Amino acid sequence: MSVSLPRDAGKSAIKEKGWWLAHKWLIARRFSQLSILFLFLVGPWFGYWIVKGSLASSLTLSVLPLTDPYILLQSFIAGHDILSTAIIGALIVTVFYLFVGGRVFCSWVCPINIVTDAADWLRRRLNIKGGARFSSQTRYWILLMTLLLAIITTSISWELLNPVSLVHRGIIFGSAFALIVVISIFVFDLLISRKGWCGHLCPVGAFYSLLGRYSFIRVSASKRDNCDDCMDCFMVCPEEQVIKPALKGKSKGLGPVIMDINCTNCGRCIDVCAKNVFTFSSRFNNSTL
Amino acid sequence: MSEETKHTKISRRRFMQDTARTVFGVSLLGLGLGFYTQRSYSLPAMALRPPGVKNEKDFLASCVRCGLCVRDCPYDILKLSTFTEDVALGTPYFTAREIPCEMCEDIPCVKACPTGALDKELTNIDDARMGLAVIVDQETCLNYQGLRCDVCFDVCPLINKAITLETRHNQRSGKHTLFIPVVHSDSCTGCGKCERSCVLEEAAIKILPLNLAKGELGQHYRLGWEEKEKAGKSLVTPDQEHKYNLPKGLKYEHDGQGLMKDSN
Repeated sequence: MSVSLPRDAGKSAIKEKGWWLAHKWLIARRFSQLSILFLFLVGPWFGYWIVKGSLASSLTLSVLPLTDPYILLQSFIAGHDILSTAIIGALIVTVFYLFVGGRVFCSWVCPINIVTDAADWLRRRLNIKGGARFSSQTRYWILLMTLLLAIITTSISWELLNPVSLVHRGIIFGSAFALIVVISIFVFDLLISRKGWCGHLCPVGAFYSLLGRYSFIRVSASKRDNCDDCMDCFMVCPEEQVIKPALKGKSKGLGPVIMDINCTNCGRCIDVCAKNVFTFSSRFNNSTL
Repeated sequence: MSEETKHTKISRRRFMQDTARTVFGVSLLGLGLGFYTQRSYSLPAMALRPPGVKNEKDFLASCVRCGLCVRDCPYDILKLSTFTEDVALGTPYFTAREIPCEMCEDIPCVKACPTGALDKELTNIDDARMGLAVIVDQETCLNYQGLRCDVCFDVCPLINKAITLETRHNQRSGKHTLFIPVVHSDSCTGCGKCERSCVLEEAAIKILPLNLAKGELGQHYRLGWEEKEKAGKSLVTPDQEHKYNLPKGLKYEHDGQGLMKDSN
């Protein structure tokens, strides 16, 4: 099998498995992202309050509090004594992502992901190359910067800018400005920097990467011996650097599980692989045998 | 120098360069955001925070901008700021002239707040201090002109406590009374009903943030009559009884009769 063009990534999988199976996880993710957004919107649109608030902090069915641990951490180091409701909410969220993988927030919840995925898809279709390059470590520096700023300014500084909260809030509280931010990020990822926002800059993703460092659920290249080097998984992966150690590391004694903290568990590699190399697994299924 | 050490040196150099570039770039971003954060404390005077906010600085450290207070406000008074407003992005506020706080007895906005940015210790809405009503313009306030508008007085939820009407002689007509509205900071919650209902084109009574509306006496300053009452006596030289230098056989009566013959 020869290496396919970026725009053809996933075509052989469609031929092999059919369109639906070649988009299984993508559809599941879009369903998850849109459902979460919809649950927030049922209240303001129809008057039935299933989920109130926003991703920063919400209350589901008047009983379940959920709070973004990253924002709460900034509030805490900015010097605020946090109330128990918010702490309980943040603990629930933390425990959840400790299990399913930190970046699951990015690929299954965050509304910006739809935008950057679309930009990346169009980039491949139009064969747009080059652009500004950031180190993929930049986001950790930005994360550090936001935490330092919270201490120095004694304020949740990053929330004055955070496009993730801005867009989500804009959608559910109805602000046209969210659209401008969505378009900006789309164009940024399309023309200025490939996978620029989610893959290199976003400190929210960086926080969740660190949170999911020891997470249980992982993608595994369990049938890596079947790999025919078509490169489709590398082309669609939002964090392509995470695949290689697992997929190609057998000779170096590395296990088949993708252990990199930046893997978003999006499952797109599972979809596009015609040889069914990848599967969802756990971090403990990582024997080299 | 062997080929290999040369190679490591180059890649180390490159690594240092890349790291320096990233760190410097991020620092610049941080610097800009830092200054922007400092600016974000300057809440416009017309924007009022929901009940239970002590000061803007603490509020911006604790509000996670979730909007739960906005959702639980039964009168849809609160809104979240967007980029086009000068209020810190995503934080809740209201504008009294547009729609004032209804001062719900159960304070649902404070109950809804998950972080305590709206202080849970506020259980009596009359203790809220969202701002302070100030008659900003005596020249247009109708009551100051001698008319009986009284609307701010009448709509005040703490009528005759937060706003009272003090009578004063009407110098212009010479025979009428002015009913001057006076705001009392020990009762005014800053709900904004008075500003909302002021009948003028531009309200003569406005809710201002406390730091703008209130003066503050120097810490060292003591008011003599208060100290005297506290101590039960004058703390400086004792008051001397006033002596009149009156002709013999006369005295001065203080209760209104004036100069009198001394009956003794």
